Amino acid sequence: MQINITFNGTAQTSDVEPRQLLVDYIRGTGATGTHIGCDTTSCGACTVLVDGTPMKSCTMFAVQANGKSITTVEGLKQNGDLHQIQASFKEKHGLQCGFCTPGMMLTSAALLEENPDPSEDEIRWAISGNICRCTGYINIVKAVQHAGEQLRNS
Amino acid sequence: MTTTSHPKTPPEIGGIGHSIRRHEDARFIQGAGNYVDDIELKGMLHMAILRSPVAHAKILSIDTSEAEAMDGVVAVVTGELMAQHNLAWMPTLSGDTQAVLATDKVRFQGQEVAAVIATDSYIARDAVSMIFVDYEELPVITDPRQAMAEGAVVIRDDKEDQTDNLVYDWESGDKDLTDRAFAEADKVVSIETHYPRSHPSPLETCGAVADVDPITGQVTVYMTSQAPHAHRTVFALVTGLPEQNIRIISPDIGGGFGNKVPVYPGYVIATAASLLIGKPVKWVESRTENLISTGFARDYHMKGELALNSEGRILGLRSEIWSDQGAFFSDAQPTKFKAGLFHIVTGSYDYPAAHVIAHGAYTNKAPGGVAYRCSFRVTEASYLIERLVQNAAYEIGMDPAEFRSLNFIKPEQFPYHSPTGFVYDSGDYEAAMRKALGIAKYEELREEQKAAREEGRLIGLGLASFTEVVGAGGSDEYDILGLKMFDSAELRIHPTGKAILKLGVRSQGQGHETTFAQIVAEELGIPVGDIKVVEGDTDNTPYGLGTYASRSTPVAGAATAVISRMLREKARKIAAHLMEASPDDLEWEPGKFSVAGSPDKFVTIQDVAFAAYTNMPPDTEYGLEGVHYYDPPNMTYPFGTYVVVVEVDPETGVWNVDRMVAVDDCGVRINPMIVEGQIQGGLTEGFAAAAMQWITFDEDGNCIGSNFMDYLVPTAWETPRFELDETVTPSPHHPIGAKGVGESATVGSPAAYVNAVIDALAHLGVRNIDMPLLPDRVWSAIQDAKKG
Ligand code: FES
Ligand code: FES
Repeated sequence: MQINITFNGTAQTSDVEPRQLLVDYIRGTGATGTHIGCDTTSCGACTVLVDGTPMKSCTMFAVQANGKSITTVEGLKQNGDLHQIQASFKEKHGLQCGFCTPGMMLTSAALLEENPDPSEDEIRWAISGNICRCTGYINIVKAVQHAGEQLRNS
Repeated sequence: MTTTSHPKTPPEIGGIGHSIRRHEDARFIQGAGNYVDDIELKGMLHMAILRSPVAHAKILSIDTSEAEAMDGVVAVVTGELMAQHNLAWMPTLSGDTQAVLATDKVRFQGQEVAAVIATDSYIARDAVSMIFVDYEELPVITDPRQAMAEGAVVIRDDKEDQTDNLVYDWESGDKDLTDRAFAEADKVVSIETHYPRSHPSPLETCGAVADVDPITGQVTVYMTSQAPHAHRTVFALVTGLPEQNIRIISPDIGGGFGNKVPVYPGYVIATAASLLIGKPVKWVESRTENLISTGFARDYHMKGELALNSEGRILGLRSEIWSDQGAFFSDAQPTKFKAGLFHIVTGSYDYPAAHVIAHGAYTNKAPGGVAYRCSFRVTEASYLIERLVQNAAYEIGMDPAEFRSLNFIKPEQFPYHSPTGFVYDSGDYEAAMRKALGIAKYEELREEQKAAREEGRLIGLGLASFTEVVGAGGSDEYDILGLKMFDSAELRIHPTGKAILKLGVRSQGQGHETTFAQIVAEELGIPVGDIKVVEGDTDNTPYGLGTYASRSTPVAGAATAVISRMLREKARKIAAHLMEASPDDLEWEPGKFSVAGSPDKFVTIQDVAFAAYTNMPPDTEYGLEGVHYYDPPNMTYPFGTYVVVVEVDPETGVWNVDRMVAVDDCGVRINPMIVEGQIQGGLTEGFAAAAMQWITFDEDGNCIGSNFMDYLVPTAWETPRFELDETVTPSPHHPIGAKGVGESATVGSPAAYVNAVIDALAHLGVRNIDMPLLPDRVWSAIQDAKKG
């Protein structure tokens, strides 16, 4: 089937099998920053933004993204500069192995779009669909708070 | 002894003690990490594995014809085919054998039965479902004591001498001395508990891309390996291929926690398939495959007893454990120690007598027994002693903190010879505990607890004052499959003064690219940003035993410091030559040598590096590089005290962590930010063990806990908030005084959480609830206690 999507800002047309998962489609384009960590929609490693909303791309078919705009970790940078959430994850040591990080950052970026000054509980709730096995989340929360602060002050 | 860390180098150099932001982060935050599943090679095929749906059965027949006929299927591999190449079985890291693909029987649910190689991963999985296997089911054993019962079916009948299900009997300590201690005791406190089966489940599952060049015979295997060099040797032994033609590349690893130490059948099958087909083959397991077939942890049925005198002094300890090894004995641990380092179970306390007996048995469960974010079986040990100590305090009628204090090994007793043969390097347990109690405001909390009880509220305070043993090993005692547990570092300083450090260990998120560069920066004064760290490629790094059991800093970190110092001595000679002075007259400060008494006369390490390639003193070898293999004189013994405050809802059994105070002493901290990150992660793992994480089996051997909906790992929502602090007691034998920290919190914290819940119910007479402390278990314990 033919699909048209805007992938990290660039329009593209592809031929996909109806059963192909969106995550496999994305990874197949060479954008391997979107990861797979489970097979039950539990971990969030595959999170991407679909028209700005965080979605688990292992739980959508590529064909369901037809006509939509997809943002992955590779599309976070703006005009060659790191997105604030990326800088804040590094600054606050919000990552260790880095496997959850792309999904975690996308979920967080979407939260900050919607709520520029979230409380700790709001952050924890927002990222509760994204599992991190390394960090214990404290520094992820700090990174999101830091990014929020920087964005509000800019 | 207790000090705090202050950096000796300025921030521009960034040596030990600076919270340098991590070098590796740039690629991870931009989605440019390179994990196994990201590797794409030309013509690459995909492999999927058919696994046994039953826990114990004879294989009567395997019909692969329909699968083979499918479009896109290149080959179907069975045990029979592997056997023709002598690859149906492989050695485990514990010297047992494990089936690569089943030939005769399946012995656990999820065991590898056949594999499909196809042009894409969807087709491979489709074809797996078109392989038909006839099984004749056999009786199933899911408990090690059941395994040793009279008349139990023999699981490993493939092994000639195996007439029952015993894997090992092992003991440590002095039985007679311990019996005497118990005979003299005024009181004996005992506990019987199960440390349940758990799984490290790093967010990235295991996988490999095998690439065998049919013309040169070169075998390159990209794999999720915490120990690439050891794995290369195992591959050479398994396949008979010449070791120089095998290259293991362990690219970025998405968490390991012990799960990526063993060699798994999938790696071997993919490699064999690539060898047979002549094309690269990728295998990446699903989460379910990861949970049901790869290295589990714990599953220890433990009994412990403490002999006490009337004043509350511990006189001795006795412990007996039954270890559930699953169908193949594949613990990744030193050869000599069948129950790992479980005999550290005497803990942070001083008493002369201890005796530990361990039995391991085969069952129809997945093999493993990996050290899940801990040194070999040290988590189980720490849990047992800290639970025992808390209960002993109740029986003696002392506060658990005071009971610990009375029995602690004192600072002046180090190096301390433990009754089971360890030599603890250094510690100040009292100081760490007092600090934690101070932060928690322990006395006030006890008052609050009393007041709350009067209102019918259940508040509990749990302590754990753990001692860990990490950094195996010392070649006299520690080896895996005969490979001694040293580690290595190769340091090359380039003419422009920049450096590259190559290591035999492999980071899985611990931040080696930053912290190991900091060690070099400390020792040589080269700015940390000028140092590249390379790991995980056996063609390009010196041999090492790998990263697990918190051994990177204690062993490879020591190797790094030693080789840096050796190069500094060579640099001194070059500097003397450049300044026409005597090497003995030179003074060193980070980054430069100056002539004693005339600080204006100096050369920098960069000047020296350039001279090493352009202007050497006569009779000196050119270059400024070297390699050091470090064989540790002893292990290191991190410690600390954790204090947990919980409130239990008497109506539902639900418990909440109100506070978690963690004071860790891991010796000198190389990068405090990274150390704290490690502790936060470990405290979360400890909470997970106490609260939710377990893998169980029904009586037919079906794995319950085969995905993230049944095997619960904590999200940000459940994870408690932590309050961290430190004491610093350097390791006296480690070149930079560091002890290792990646696992302390996983080892020490489960007992603290559980002790807190028990403490909330102690006045009702509750002394034990097995982990995980699910609300229904807590609720039942309350009800049972009320009934008396
Ligand atoms: S891969 Fe785990 S939720 Fe998508
Ligand atoms: S950083 Fe490893 S899973 Fe989050």
